Amino acid sequence: MSAATRINDFVIKIATVNGTGSASANTLLMKSIFRSGIPVMGKNYFPSNIQGLPTWYEIRVSKDGYVARSGKVDIMVCMNAETYARDVREVAAGGYLIYDSTWPRPALLKRDDVTVIGVPLARLCNENFKGVRTRILMKNICYAGVLAALLDLDVERIRELLAETYAKKPALIDSNMQAIQLGYDYAKANYTCPLPLRVEKMNSTAGHVMIDGNTAAGLGAVYAGATVAGWYPITPSTSLMDAFKSFADKLRIDPETKRANFAFIQAEDELAAIGMVLGASWNGARSFTATSGPGISLMNEFLGLGYYAEIPAVVFDVQRVGPSTGMPTRTQQCDLLAAAYASHGDTKHVCLYPANPEECFYMAVQAFDLAERLQTPVLVLLDLDIGMNDWMCRDLKWDDSYVPDRGKVLDREALEKIDKFYRYLDKDEDGIPYRTFPGVHPKGAYFTRGSGHTQLGTYTEDAVEYQRVLDRLLRKFATAKRLVPKPVIERDTRNDAAIVSIGSCDGAVREALDMLAARGVRLDYLRVRGFPFGEEVEKFLEEHAVVYVVEQNRDAQLRSLLTLETRVEKSKLRSLLHYSGLPVSSAFIVDGVLADRAEGRRAVAGEAS
Amino acid sequence: MTFIPKPKVTHPNLPRNELGLTRRDYEGALSTLCAGCGHDSITAAIVEACWGISAKPENVVKLSGIGCSSKTTAYFVSGGHGFNSVHGRMPSIAMGANAANHRLHYIGISGDGDSLSIGLGQFCHAIRRNLDMLYIIENNGVYGLTKGQFSASADVGTKAKKGEVNHQPPIDPVLLALNLGAGFVARSFSGDKRQLVPLIQAGLSYKGFAFIDVMSPCVTFNDHEGSTKSYAYTREHMEPVVEADYVPFAREIVADYSPGEALPVMMHDGSRVVLRKLATDYDPTDAHKAHAYVQEHLARGEHLTGLLHCRPTEDTEFHGLNRTPDVPLNELPYAKLNPGAATLGKLLARYR
Ligand SMILES: Cc1ncc(C[n+]2csc(CCOP(=O)(O)OP(=O)(O)O)c2C)c(N)n1
Ligand code: SF4
Ligand SMILES: [Mg+2]
Repeated sequence: MSAATRINDFVIKIATVNGTGSASANTLLMKSIFRSGIPVMGKNYFPSNIQGLPTWYEIRVSKDGYVARSGKVDIMVCMNAETYARDVREVAAGGYLIYDSTWPRPALLKRDDVTVIGVPLARLCNENFKGVRTRILMKNICYAGVLAALLDLDVERIRELLAETYAKKPALIDSNMQAIQLGYDYAKANYTCPLPLRVEKMNSTAGHVMIDGNTAAGLGAVYAGATVAGWYPITPSTSLMDAFKSFADKLRIDPETKRANFAFIQAEDELAAIGMVLGASWNGARSFTATSGPGISLMNEFLGLGYYAEIPAVVFDVQRVGPSTGMPTRTQQCDLLAAAYASHGDTKHVCLYPANPEECFYMAVQAFDLAERLQTPVLVLLDLDIGMNDWMCRDLKWDDSYVPDRGKVLDREALEKIDKFYRYLDKDEDGIPYRTFPGVHPKGAYFTRGSGHTQLGTYTEDAVEYQRVLDRLLRKFATAKRLVPKPVIERDTRNDAAIVSIGSCDGAVREALDMLAARGVRLDYLRVRGFPFGEEVEKFLEEHAVVYVVEQNRDAQLRSLLTLETRVEKSKLRSLLHYSGLPVSSAFIVDGVLADRAEGRRAVAGEAS
Repeated sequence: MTFIPKPKVTHPNLPRNELGLTRRDYEGALSTLCAGCGHDSITAAIVEACWGISAKPENVVKLSGIGCSSKTTAYFVSGGHGFNSVHGRMPSIAMGANAANHRLHYIGISGDGDSLSIGLGQFCHAIRRNLDMLYIIENNGVYGLTKGQFSASADVGTKAKKGEVNHQPPIDPVLLALNLGAGFVARSFSGDKRQLVPLIQAGLSYKGFAFIDVMSPCVTFNDHEGSTKSYAYTREHMEPVVEADYVPFAREIVADYSPGEALPVMMHDGSRVVLRKLATDYDPTDAHKAHAYVQEHLARGEHLTGLLHCRPTEDTEFHGLNRTPDVPLNELPYAKLNPGAATLGKLLARYR
């Protein structure tokens, strides 16, 4: 009952149990497709658990290069009996279902509109491998072999990848290859291969890499010249710090002295982590931390100090599902407000919103420049989807002429020349004062405090003096508007409706725009990339009568931020809110826009305001 | 209340240290604490100590949390950078600052509330990391700044000003520091400048975490009859067990101590501290014995003072363990930090 031939355009979803080694099989599949020149995306839906719970991996093969979830599954690989029922339900009509037929499940798997492909994976592996653990691991590699036959994957590519992965353990190359071959041969012998859904070599991945955002951001921190990292482990941010550490261990060890040109400090909690970052930045080192929602909550008090005492800091917030502990291994964009206004009092922060790993790399560097230029904490908001999934991105590039913007720092010579130094004077009328580092010059000494201070840096409880500093901070924030990354805008002057979105929604929005256009609905698009919002955002909002705000949280946080921080008329912002914990799909956006159009002015979640 | 600059009157005959600076040059803004507050005496001792070791003022970094005690970083060495951070979190600021530049003198000033309640975790972890700093708790048994609530160092049976009695056992920072492996642990009294000044000097020279718990009565909220942290009670119950003389590096060492009774301990910078045991059965170099001895006396209500424990811990000091370079991280030129475009190109192979 197979559908028409569909080359390089389908979704495979693999249901397994976590801790069984399925990750390597999935990576193998995805990378072999990537190396065949075909755009591909991989997303991991894993539990907050080390072993034994259901986990899914979704691979989207997309000749058009769409990087989001389509919202549809064409081939389901059911490796977890516990989730058979729901996995079967999820396959699109005309799709395929692959399962381990060592234990036949005719009743459970019954679906007339889906082709069931049974492969006795466990039996094949039990007959060919020894040891319980090996058999479990090989069963997973074996399904990769089945898919290789069904999809017409290049087996040589798979061998090449295995050889790279197990370069240091050659015995594993052979056993893995044997498992691949078992699955491959069985499928070939028992089913018509390849399926109408299959891959065909392309040439669209040259100049691209498959990388996750945490790795890219960690690498960005290395290139930015960060020397002090303080952190406390929390999913999904941990791998960002791991990446920084492993890159630094390779790239930052002095070849002669073997000394480490960085300090990596595991803090006792997030309060200490951000404290260390502030202490190090205050003392002139580029310093950062990475965390997630619960950590941001704990860092609030210190972030306020950073804002008021004007200390640079870079905080990567890899957002996960809240409230509270929420679903730690699922994705959301739910810290937009918490990040922008972290801490009590009149406090607000510069935020950057990367949409993919490529931007994570560049924005990491930009975050350090901005933090030091503006002398304030900068929060870079990734999410689990960007941070922990492999995305196909253009090659990361580095310009060796880059010079870090250390901002307004008076060095020894500058201090020598001046009569007296005052920390918080707005000499240049851009709201940004000058700072000094300890130990540089006796004239540079000043007192840093989170309590009321005058522009000269002295303690005060005087209304006028206090307000003078507070108002200057506002001027500094206005300067920030000009310095943060500009929004990405796709504009056609004939359109009066648009989508405004943020971060990892980008892929889904772009695909949705194409799908909508194909149905005659043309929308403009703006993706915010920095906070505070600049004039470009204001203008775009002004120019459109209807604006769909697409974001991944329940409370329309981006919409709130837009209404609070721009002149936009609230009623024209209509929310499309996705907050299930899975990355938003293009289908969700298309459906949302069409439903709104169909029902006139019904706001999908306008009540949220 | 605004900042009150201290009038600088320089007298030509004031004694000068090796840098040609007078004690005045180590003072700070005028204190706004209550007259008679123990904390002010500690400030004076710090001024004296820094002047005495000829510390370059710009190399002194003063860090604190929040509280009356924490305010005092503004009252000494105005030529050094100060950082009055948030309540209980000074150790993490110190950690970051020290990671960025290990060449400065870090003086952390905290209170018993700041370090033993809200900041207990950070205090403990700074010790664990053997952060190279001098950490002083100005201990008065109460939260002075929030008007006299009991702190975690309040003794069982001590009475608050309004008569309330404390029943919870105290956390003793000296025992805690010994327990957690601190290599330099001292206790003193704000009213004993003679003892305190050399302790501060030794602590500043010590490579690693140097801790001094200074009993520092709060005249406003905890100096009454029935309080175990009053001036009168402290004077009566403190008992010096080890005297410490600080001998700066450059100065010739005149051995006026008789061997056997006195024990010279070399500091990292070449200076030395001569410990003179007043109690013959006490061994200040053994942390376990010191802990037992201090605890035993504490149970009897005796607050032993002096340099209660001192042993070299350079090997476990943060920078040593982490193999950071001699040049402070904040001075490394970007060229040393940038792996370069070519390296990035090579790195990407892994992601194809
Ligand atoms: C997060 C937070 N909670 C509470 C306070 C209020 N507060 C200010 S100082 C202080 C206690 C200070 O006690 P201690 O450290 O012993 O200093 P002292 O005033 O006794 O010298 C408290 C609770 C604060 N500043 N911050
Ligand atoms: S309230 Fe107590 S601790 Fe605070 S300044 Fe006054 S005497 Fe000192
Ligand atoms: Mg106190």
